[in-house]
Amino acid sequence: MSTPTDAPAPALPAPSLARSLALQRRVLHALLMREVITRFGRRNLGALWLFVEPMLFTLGVAALWAAAGLHERSPVPVAAFAITGYSSVLLWRNCATRSAMAIEANQGLLYHRNVRVIDVLLTRILLEVGGATASFVLLGLFFTWFGWIAPPEDLLEVAAGWFLLAWFGAALALVIGAGTAFSDVVEKLWHPAAYLLFPISGAAFLVDWLPPNLREVVMLLPMVHGVEILREGYFGSVARLHYDAGFLAVSCLVLTYVGLAMTRHAGRKVEVR
Amino acid sequence: MIALDSVSKVYHTRHGPRPVLDRVSFRLDRGRNIGILGRNGAGKSTLIRLISGAEEPTSGRISRGMRVSWPLAFGGAFQVNLTGLDNLKFVCRIYGVDWRERVAFVEEFTELGVYFREPVSHYSHGMLTRLAFALSMAIEFDCFLIDEAMVVGDVRFHERCHQELFHKRRDRAFILVTHEAHVIKLYCERAAVLHDGHLVEFPTVDEAYDFYLESLQLAPPPPPEL
Repeated sequence: MSTPTDAPAPALPAPSLARSLALQRRVLHALLMREVITRFGRRNLGALWLFVEPMLFTLGVAALWAAAGLHERSPVPVAAFAITGYSSVLLWRNCATRSAMAIEANQGLLYHRNVRVIDVLLTRILLEVGGATASFVLLGLFFTWFGWIAPPEDLLEVAAGWFLLAWFGAALALVIGAGTAFSDVVEKLWHPAAYLLFPISGAAFLVDWLPPNLREVVMLLPMVHGVEILREGYFGSVARLHYDAGFLAVSCLVLTYVGLAMTRHAGRKVEVR
Repeated sequence: MIALDSVSKVYHTRHGPRPVLDRVSFRLDRGRNIGILGRNGAGKSTLIRLISGAEEPTSGRISRGMRVSWPLAFGGAFQVNLTGLDNLKFVCRIYGVDWRERVAFVEEFTELGVYFREPVSHYSHGMLTRLAFALSMAIEFDCFLIDEAMVVGDVRFHERCHQELFHKRRDRAFILVTHEAHVIKLYCERAAVLHDGHLVEFPTVDEAYDFYLESLQLAPPPPPEL
């Protein structure tokens, strides 16, 4: 029987930023490959659900809307409204939900010293942001091709809104994911919270439709601003959108800081079976 | 070199904090080895987890100046929906090794046949242990962490593990923890006993052996029949 090599490994290289970055890249690549095969498999059409689910939802909303005759009363294009709404919910909700289970599901990996809690969370975030983005772009192209929606009026603004929503989702995922290392209650509470946030997150309405006093309350939620930016990019000429990009960015920054601090602490606290 | 400097670990339970390790210090140089004896629950696995870096100590410092393995034959990191080959690829990617060069060795050692390309969830316990051990051998380390309780199998498997670890890699360092005193006598040049959270070192393996048996309140067993 042959061994891979007979010589002991050479001396350890000195730590440096370049080496740490290479290591980080290597670990994230390994984790991503593992997660992609696990989730989407090889034989079934797992990846297809990434598109089918939001597509069914969008078609359903459009059908309800048409049945209620709303499309005659509002100039807002219903399919574009549904796509921007549901896709943005998917983006931040799935990031946080998948991260909520990440540490528990992957704790065995922590035996590989280079795999840290942050890597496990980043892997899930990258995969969710990637999946939601692919589904949003492909659905948009698909619906445009069929003539159900007009192409975005301002592609750059759509991209900016999407980027800010993704940032919000990633920061939220760090907080929720790291939080589960401190208490299981975090995961238990996140699920009802996600349900409650869905109707008030801006996915199902335009801020402009609300009475002014309600507007102020709803706009305390950072993701509402993101959806409004996204929609202004899509159909800003036929609707009045309300947002404060600065407020959203500052919220994301604060949430990111809190999330990273919690992740660092979670790494010290985590107990492996 | 590995050095533990006053390492303590406290777990928080419902009945308050439980100290498992209390100011444990020792040093291991390249190419050397140490056996650590301890009863069930003495903190052996905790010590291995801390040295491997899976968990952080509550206080104290652990420095690693050589490549330290994950606990030998640890299979808890397997993703059961992935095949044996996928798990090999994963481990190789983590450690920056080309998996193609390792496939032949792992296939040969594990004797998994077609199962090497089947999901791990279909494996028997023996197959899992063989795969876990082979993956540990597929990556080169300067120091192996061996929790004796993890490496269980039939005589043939033990024979082959022994060959890989103590013959082909006899130039490497290792830390072996076990509750079986004779194992330490067989393999280790130095020994210590983990007792009430403290690590007690002895000048000779025999003294450690005697102390451990005394702490178990047992007389030394009669010499094995040959």
